[in-house]
Amino acid sequence: MEALTLARWQFGITTVYHFFFVPLTLGLSILVAIMQTMYYRTGDETYKKMTKFWGKLFLINFAMGVVTGIVQEFQFGMNWSEYSRFVGDIFGAPLAIEALLAFFMESTFIGLWVFGWDKLSKRVHLATIWLVAFGSNLSALWILIANSFMQEPVGYVLRNGRAEMTDFFALLTNPHVWVQFPHVFFAGMTTAGFFVMGISAYHFLKKSDNQEFFRRSFNMAVVYALIGAISVMLVGHTQAQHMIQSQPMKMAAAEALWESEDPAAMSLFTIGNEPELRDVWAIKVPGLLSFLAYNSFDGEVQGIKNIQAEYEQTYGPGDYIPPVAVSYWTFRIMVGAGMAMALLTIVSLYLVSKGKLTGNALLLKALMWAIALPYLANTTGWLFTELARAPWIVFGLQTIEEAVSPNVTAGELWISLTGYALIYGLLMVADLYLLLKFAKAGPGGKSEAQPEKAPAGTPAGVIAK
Amino acid sequence: MFDLNTLWFILVTVLFIGYFILEGFDFGVGILLPFLGKEDRERRVIINTIGPFWDGNEVWLITAGGAIFAAFPNWYATLFSGFYLALFLMLVALIVRGVAFEFRSKDNNPQWRSLWDWMIFVGSFIPALLWGVALGNILRGVPIDASMTYVGGFFNLLNPYALLGGLTTLTVFTLQGAIFLVLKTDGDLMSRAMAATKKVGPVATVMVFGFVVVGYFMTEAFARLGINPGIIPITAGAVLLAAGWFIHNDRPGWAFIMNSLTILLSTVTIFMSLFPRVMVSSLNPDWSLTIYNASSSPYTLKVMTIVALIFVPIVLAYQGWSYYVFRQRVTLQSELEY
Repeated sequence: MEALTLARWQFGITTVYHFFFVPLTLGLSILVAIMQTMYYRTGDETYKKMTKFWGKLFLINFAMGVVTGIVQEFQFGMNWSEYSRFVGDIFGAPLAIEALLAFFMESTFIGLWVFGWDKLSKRVHLATIWLVAFGSNLSALWILIANSFMQEPVGYVLRNGRAEMTDFFALLTNPHVWVQFPHVFFAGMTTAGFFVMGISAYHFLKKSDNQEFFRRSFNMAVVYALIGAISVMLVGHTQAQHMIQSQPMKMAAAEALWESEDPAAMSLFTIGNEPELRDVWAIKVPGLLSFLAYNSFDGEVQGIKNIQAEYEQTYGPGDYIPPVAVSYWTFRIMVGAGMAMALLTIVSLYLVSKGKLTGNALLLKALMWAIALPYLANTTGWLFTELARAPWIVFGLQTIEEAVSPNVTAGELWISLTGYALIYGLLMVADLYLLLKFAKAGPGGKSEAQPEKAPAGTPAGVIAK
Repeated sequence: MFDLNTLWFILVTVLFIGYFILEGFDFGVGILLPFLGKEDRERRVIINTIGPFWDGNEVWLITAGGAIFAAFPNWYATLFSGFYLALFLMLVALIVRGVAFEFRSKDNNPQWRSLWDWMIFVGSFIPALLWGVALGNILRGVPIDASMTYVGGFFNLLNPYALLGGLTTLTVFTLQGAIFLVLKTDGDLMSRAMAATKKVGPVATVMVFGFVVVGYFMTEAFARLGINPGIIPITAGAVLLAAGWFIHNDRPGWAFIMNSLTILLSTVTIFMSLFPRVMVSSLNPDWSLTIYNASSSPYTLKVMTIVALIFVPIVLAYQGWSYYVFRQRVTLQSELEY
């Protein structure tokens, strides 16, 4: 394989892996902060136990997100040096600001939160977890401001052989940011909600101790997940409508819409012939795509062939078609998983309100396995938004091919790619082992590591208690 | 002439100073962990001395990386693509280390704990060494062509001078960690840390002076400083000797301050000797990267300056506060959180 292909695989693997942990951090930090706020308000020990238990799972996940994030910060320069030179004037700024505003905040206050239970007043200690939650979500905002420039370049001018920033506020108010960030934010809520619901469901099924503990956790999580799942769909709808305007090729690829149509039908299931740009077999709903695009049953949606012709006019000869099958299926898996989650939360909430949830073994089992759904949606969503931008790394300005480091050889890439894959694989095993262990044990469970208290009888041990 | 390019060069220097002083001690603590912690609880105490801090310390590096990207994109592109495998090694080390801190106490199995303790060691040792290798190469100059691309490959970085630099940062950071442990522990652990400072101190001192002396012969950067290098490098040497004196006389607080000053002034010396260059080309002086040909546009520098002037003081304030909150010693009798 040539260096470019390897570099793409490496970026894809490390980014998807990083994003495996991020949404849970985004959503669970807030949920844990809410739990601790309830404890602060009511003084009820169950809320404290909830904060500690979910907080511990949060920390295991948080560590993985942090360390894999370091790679993200550096690999633009390492593997995509020509990209870095071309857009550094714009792209570097939000990245630096992310570190300065958000990373410092979350990393400093997470230390204060973990080690500060006895050293800070209750009120200040509560503030630390909120600052962690705020910092984490703030970092998502800044990285998406950077990413949005790649999707929809704004506030720049081409000068000195590169893109230079002319308007910082245009970057911040990039319309793409304000559909993408809410989408990720609510996806985080949904992920955390399903995480807590799934683990609670396991304990309902097992009829373990602490039923009250998990009942309360579940009730909080189901409302949280419902808000997340519904909002993510509403925002997603807005985002798709925006995409038709700003990146029509991406939408056409998502729908495998070869020719422009008015009104446009929406594909429910297509088997296509990608090289020949045609359907082999498809089920379609007439007019639905126009409706999704414009909230009306007519209106033209551009097809792949037409956009290709248009882009050749604008950008010169070339292939401007992203991998259609990948775009089509990642988009569908994401949307399908999202709908399944919305449905599951609605049914769960209904059963909770009727007091029948814990008796419904089928639903509880489904909820356990449904922990996978947000991960599926997060991963396919990210793959879709990045892959369906091909051949562009920065839409309309630079192709992926032009962006790669010229001096990093295929040999070096084999070493780093294998290295990352190996280390990340092993860490995933260790991470899942710990998460499963603590999740199954429940609060104060037997297989939990013994809390490290001072040996009995020593004065400090007594004081600490 | 003082301009925003110079200001950002200074700011990047400041970020590296903060990073080397702070992560310097937590690298050192990680390196000393298997040797000073005789049993599990002691090792937990050692880790907990840096538990609340290491993550925040590491952000100094991430911010330095971000600042270089934002202010000097060509520097970022040339350095990181050029030092590719070295940087990859460092990233792997930092990943493993960060996870190890979080994972090691979450299982009682002694093998599990021992595994992660050694990961903390390796994950601290490799970056502590590689930073010196990187600095040695940056001072010495590396093959950079007319298009600002590093063309030297990996093994070009492993020259004797750079390796000497690696051993220098390794020992200085280990010393920094040892002194930190003297300040943050008590009892047997403190005595052992004290003994470690006395062993590592002289080695680190010899390394630093060796690196400087060899540097005068090997690098044009140091040679530029001249026979009388000025107050900063000389003070750097003096405070290092002072650190040794305070160690010898069992004054760890002062020793820590002096060693931190050594790191500070040495970092300033290194950046000063480069200025206004950021990457020296060994092929042709005209191909070196400077704070001008590597920089962002004036507009971006202005935006970033405003952001930095507002937020750097805020960050310093709350990180300082966090050190204040955890100012007490960590002892075997402490309740070791999680």
